[in-house]
Order: sequence, then C-alpha cells, then structure tokens
Amino acid sequence: MEILRFFTAGNVDDGKSTLIGRLLYDSKSVSTDILETLTKQSKSTGENAEIDLALLTDGLRAERAQGITIDVAYKYFTTDKRKFIIADTPGHFQYTRNMFTGASNADLAIILVDARLGITEQTHRHSIISNIVGIPHVLVCINKMDLVNYDEKVYEQIKSDYEKFAQKLQLKKISFIPTNALSGDNVVNQSENLAWYKGPTLFEFLENVEINPNEQEKSARFQVQYVIRPQTDELHDYRGYAGSVLSGRFVKGQSITILPADLTTTISKIEKNGIEVEEAKEGEPIILHVADDIDISRGTTFVPVNDGINSEKTFEAIICWMDNKSFQPGQKLILQQNSFQTKALIKEIDNKINISTFTTEESDGTLHLNDFCKVTIKTAESISFDSYENNRKTGAFILINENTNNTVAAGVIE
Amino acid sequence: MDYLDQLEAEAIYILREVAGQFERPALLFSGGKDSICLVHLALKAFRPGKFPFPLVHVDTGHNFPEAIAYRDNLAEKLNEKLIVRFVADTIKEKNLQDGKGKFPSRNALQTYTLLDVINEFEFDACIGGARRDEEKARAKERIFSVRDEFGQWDPKKQRPELWNIYNGKIDKGENVRVFPISNWTELDVWNYIKREQIDLPSIYFTHERECIKTEHGQWMNVNEFVELEPSDIIEKVKVRYRTVGDMTCTAAVESEAYTLDDIIEELKETRISERGATRMDDRISEAAMEDRKKGGYF
Repeated sequence: MEILRFFTAGNVDDGKSTLIGRLLYDSKSVSTDILETLTKQSKSTGENAEIDLALLTDGLRAERAQGITIDVAYKYFTTDKRKFIIADTPGHFQYTRNMFTGASNADLAIILVDARLGITEQTHRHSIISNIVGIPHVLVCINKMDLVNYDEKVYEQIKSDYEKFAQKLQLKKISFIPTNALSGDNVVNQSENLAWYKGPTLFEFLENVEINPNEQEKSARFQVQYVIRPQTDELHDYRGYAGSVLSGRFVKGQSITILPADLTTTISKIEKNGIEVEEAKEGEPIILHVADDIDISRGTTFVPVNDGINSEKTFEAIICWMDNKSFQPGQKLILQQNSFQTKALIKEIDNKINISTFTTEESDGTLHLNDFCKVTIKTAESISFDSYENNRKTGAFILINENTNNTVAAGVIE
Repeated sequence: MDYLDQLEAEAIYILREVAGQFERPALLFSGGKDSICLVHLALKAFRPGKFPFPLVHVDTGHNFPEAIAYRDNLAEKLNEKLIVRFVADTIKEKNLQDGKGKFPSRNALQTYTLLDVINEFEFDACIGGARRDEEKARAKERIFSVRDEFGQWDPKKQRPELWNIYNGKIDKGENVRVFPISNWTELDVWNYIKREQIDLPSIYFTHERECIKTEHGQWMNVNEFVELEPSDIIEKVKVRYRTVGDMTCTAAVESEAYTLDDIIEELKETRISERGATRMDDRISEAAMEDRKKGGYF
C-alpha cells in the first residue's frame, strides 16, 4: 500500500468541502458519533435538515461561523489500495498562502470548477499556484453538474477552455471529471445522470492515478539533521550523521563531496534502523559514517563526487510572500532549506508574477501578502541546491523573519 | 516505499529536527499507545545514542496502574531519563479546585502541571503523540505548533508549514509542541505496532473488568475515584481500552480482541471514532478541544 497526498482548491461556493465530505462519507470513513454531532450542527445552522458535509472539514469555530475554510485542514481515509492524505485548503484570495502551504507536499491537485460559472480567475490562480509548486498532476472536477442539467456540452466547453488556458503552464498531466458532490454523482458511485461520461469516478481515479508520472531517478542528495555521538566507553569514537536521503540513492564505499566545504571523502558505513546496510534509497532515514575526519554538522549536504549540484551565495527564485506585514528588500532574513540555515538578503525584486494571468509585471519594490515575485537572493553561506523543477527537496526554502521568528515567505529556486 | 515506512520516515525526520533545532526538548509520555510509538520511533531516530530529551509524564493520579507500571518499566529498560510531575501537587500548591462529581476529571487541571513542568525545566519543545484524525481542531494544527508564554495556541497565528521544512524559531519563554505522528490514523498506529511488535500495557487487550454503564451507554470502570450512585449496577464485562487516558474519563469498549490482529479487525469494522467511543470530555461542546488548546493543553 502507498500514500497519495492531494490538496483541493476551489472557489468559496464551488462545494469543495462538500466534495471532501462526500468522499469521506461515501467511503465510510466518517464515524457515527461524528455524524451525530454534524446532524446537530447542521440543524443549528438552520439551512436544511440534511447533513451539511462541509462541516466535516471546517474545524475551527470561526470557520463554522463564517461557513468558510480559513486554514488548511488535514483529513485521512484509507482504501485497500491506498492511504489518502487530503489537505483541504481555502479558496479565498486572502488565504493564498494557506493554499500554497497545503499544496507544497501534494502529489495531486484537485481544482474545483462550478459548472455554471466555468473557468474563473480563481481557477487560473489555483492552477498557476499548482504549477509553481510543481504538482505533477492536476485533476479538474467540474462540479454542480446538476445545475446545468448534466449537460455534456457544458462539460466539454469547460474542458476545452481549461486546456487552452493550461497551454501556457508546465503542468505535467491534466484530467477532468464531471461531478455533483452534493448528491454524490461520480464521486464514489457512477452516475446515471452522467451516463455520457465514460471515465473513472473520482474515487476510482484517486485509487489508480500514477503518483509520480514519468519520474526518473534523481541525483543522490543527503543532508545532516543531527550528529549522533554516544560518547560511551564502547562507542567512544562513534560519530554518525543522522538524516534522510532527500533523493536518489547512496551506497557504501561511494565517494562523496561534502558541501559547502567542498571536501571529498567516502561513505564508510550506512545504518538503517540500527542495522548496517549496503545502500539507502530516497526517503529513508539513515545514519551515515564517513572515512575521513571532516568538520560536518547540521545542514551539511552530501552529494556524489563530480555532481552537478549548485553551491552558490546568489541565486534567483520565485517566492510567495506570506507575512501580513509588507516587506522591503534590505532587511536581513534567515533562509532555511531542509535543515540548512543561513542569513539571507533579498537583493532585488526582479518582477512580480500576476497569478491570475501568469504574466510578469513591474514590482513596486515592496513585497505584500500573497505576492508572487521573482527575486534575487544573497546568502551569507553557500547554499547547495538544484532547481526546484529538477528536485523539490533541494530547490525549496522558506524565509524567516529574525525579529518575529515567523515564516514570511516560501521560495522555489529557478 | 510502503505506507508505514513513509509514515515512520516522516516521524523520524521530525524527531531529528527537534533534536537539531532545540536546546531543551522533552517527550511527553503518557503510557498510551501513541506515545509508546513515539518512544519506539525515537529509538530508531537516535540509537546507538541516548535520547536528546527526557520522557516527561504529567501524572493525574487517575491513571491506570497498568500504564504507570509500563511507564516505569520502559524508562528503566531503555535507561532513559523519566520526569514525573503530579497534578495532586499542583492542586495543593496552587490551591486549585479538584475535579468534582461522579466522574471527577483532572483533564483541565493537568494543563497547570504541564505548564509548570515546562517552566521548571525551561523546555523549549514538547513532543506529543497527538494525531490529526483524532479531532477536528487537531486537524488544523501544525506539526511544529508554536505556543506563547502561557502555552496558548492561536489558530489564527499559525506559521505556514511548507514541504518538510520546520521552523522552530521561538523567543525565550515560548515553546513549540511537536506532533511527529500527526498524519497517522488510529488504524495506522495499530498496523505499525503489529509490524514492529511493540509491547503494550495489557489493558489494550480484552479482559474482564467491573464496570458501570453511563447515561451515554459507555462502560466506565469501577475504581476508587468514581462515586457510585445507588442506581448503578456493577457488571463484569469483557472490555478493552482504545485509548489510555484517566480512569475517570476514559470509557472501555466491549471487545473480543485478544491479539493485535483481533484489534485491527475490530477497528476496521467499527464505525465509532476513537474519541467518541472513549472520551467523556469532548462531549461538552463542539469546540471543546479548540478551547482547551487555546488554554495551553497539548
């Protein structure tokens, strides 16, 4: 069994929370006691006596009061084939940063479109954000099909509109499903109303979609999180570098370069779960040992010798500004990439990306909440990175305000 | 990678981030299955080294004796430091009102003891076994959840948490609650316990116990803290615990599950959530958990 992580994005009234509620409800992932509470709540909102499935995901009091999703909610369900982790993200423009957050770990984006309204500016925005976050696969759910009499022409028109729009993006794969989340058509069960649609239901799609289509094995990357030194009598000289393989694979005896120091050594031992192993693969938490006595600490990166990784103090990136307070370049920030931290400066805002049109505009020199900008960053120490397009693990970073400690921006390296 | 390997890898990654980012972390240990899993994960993250944190238990005095025995035995077996602080002492020191009623709960009171022990040792990070599938306020909480000097959670001020990059920067006096198994469900925990053959306190498996039935139809075990009423009928029932909390607010479930396989089968069949089946304290209001977290609860 494997894990599929997806996030959902849609307009305020596209029925996104209802769709997730429907997935959980129809896959029998909702407990009876929770349904009981929901029935009570639905009645107290007084709208209708039926269960309001959206209430399954709106967890905070303010969200229930306003009937909107403010923060990312994580929901889980499991079938025989897969475990699903859903990041339910808000659609409002003012919560763009929360959507970016939910998208950052996802393998798949589900973008909801109201069949009556078709492709809107919001759809553009959600798709462009998915594109910047590098989501391998986008599924467009054309929802509320009941309100357009389940008309195939409406579906086809929206599909072709979207495909036309998506030409300017680099989305790897796009799929479409017509649904009616409120009644459950095409969510878990095939719909008679949509008999003209021959593709999978949403549920079938989620169970079978390829998680990383066309993915090739990446170059080996490892970063030290923590140095293990027991300093006991029997393990006097033990010095192990604990971390996870960020990508690719490492083998015992391999020659590696230690960055940013740019020193070469050999992997002398790999431990996994306390057992010595010959090789370690992407995602595995391990302890590495090296042959030479080199200064290695938290944040140090290991790569194969003669590897093409960049190790620079200046680079270009697209950042999403996430702080409520606007920001002018010049003030020092802290950059964090996995476990690596260094002081950093935004040297220049090259331009601003209009995330409704995917065109660039001139920046007013200030970063505002939810702005996407291309910037030049300078760091105090060299950062070892790949372009985000080539490696989501080494091409991503966050910026932290030294003064407030807040995460003020997320960035992907060009 | 298999899904349990993925969940395990994520949790180990988070534990190592705590070790790398904080000066004085602690692992909140309750003797329940979730924190037992955390200890198991910590072994994988840090052995052959020692844990970079002590185990900390806030003892309400209402714990099941089986869980306390398990706790002491585990700390000794692993040779790791265990710090225990008692809610009863906090009640005395602060002259607090103890829980009252038929099922006197110390659930709210343990927050005082928790905040005190955090202050006493100046813990800057507290690792807990909470999961997002447990409750809808938890579904919104970050893996690194920053609390102010009063231990309060402010859902509106949560930091964005992207990729696997965890920002643990805080000011003096603040602390971070860290939840490495946020993305695990109850069933994932049991599948993991089975795969890893993790030893558990016996009360997770079915046994005969003297219980009374509450007005909500839950089985509450008869013990020195529960005030019996004349109308209560004590019955011997075959039960097990899905959650190990306080004896005064954790209900048992009728069960025929003698083994881990039985438990997993039973859970796949059940349609009642873990908290719904076992907790009496979340029934108070829709936002009970959100409010407690805002007050410093983990």
